[in-house]
Amino acid sequence: MSRRPAAGRVTSAKIVIAGGFGVGKTTLVGSVSEITPLTTEAIMTSAGVGVDDNRQVPGKTTTTVAMDFGRISIDRDLILYLFGTPGQTRFWFMWDELVRGAIGAVVMVDTRRLADCFAAIDFFEHRRLPYLVAINCFDGMQYHNAQDVRDALAISSDVPVVSCDARNRESTKNVLISLVEYVLTMRRSRAVAPA
Amino acid sequence: MPERDEPTGALVRPYAVTRGRTRPKLEIALEALVETTVRGRSTGTGRGGSEHQYIAAMCDGGRVQSLAEIAARMQLPLGVARVIVADMASDGLVAVYEPTSLDDETDAVGTELLERVLSGLRRL
Repeated sequence: MSRRPAAGRVTSAKIVIAGGFGVGKTTLVGSVSEITPLTTEAIMTSAGVGVDDNRQVPGKTTTTVAMDFGRISIDRDLILYLFGTPGQTRFWFMWDELVRGAIGAVVMVDTRRLADCFAAIDFFEHRRLPYLVAINCFDGMQYHNAQDVRDALAISSDVPVVSCDARNRESTKNVLISLVEYVLTMRRSRAVAPA
Repeated sequence: MPERDEPTGALVRPYAVTRGRTRPKLEIALEALVETTVRGRSTGTGRGGSEHQYIAAMCDGGRVQSLAEIAARMQLPLGVARVIVADMASDGLVAVYEPTSLDDETDAVGTELLERVLSGLRRL
């Protein structure tokens, strides 16, 4: 078996990019990725599709879930992947795989459609995956301030809320930096706290 | 990363290339990295067929690719790519590098990884 331990060897990490349909997930991934964002598909058989009625269909029915992702070579031995969540939040089976081992998540928010991100926030809180909220400012316009968004989402005061322009590389970079800084800060504070 | 000709994986029934198997010999994370071994480089078509060859060529010469990239570039569903890569790993044709676990918050390896990611992002 050619499986070697990750320590000291080439390894990878991932960050999950979540948010409602059309909020700019793939745009954000594409603005920092060293490759044109790729799409990977997962197939789910009928057993997992809770809301669909497959009774009239004999045998298995399959649903295909697509995820866009990008890649950033951090250094020679470390590659960071950015995975966009599937557009429809009912495909939770894929979310399990996406969050497993992830550094954290960016929840992208369009303030005109704030409710679109509720499901993602619920999911990450339930899974205890650290996340931050990134308000995507379409056309450079921010329609609400960060505090309004924080209040509307009823998120804890330590969750960072930042603004970004998903099309802009520097802006996206800063969102990712804020997330990793937040994760590191939490990790350090928990590492010294009594169990 | 040089783009290659697209494979024709989408033209076959997805699980035909795995002979109907849906369970991989090895659980492989989406972002786990795959690198062709010396053995994988020297092996011909073998029993794995063109998918093995394609993956071996894609992940050779220091160009490690994640499972997700292999699936996307071959236009294969993730589950199918996972079965094929797990077969190749068990035959010693590729090495699979799993991501560093971040589960244990007191683990220095995970913290060091996060610090590397952070400084790498700042250098971008």
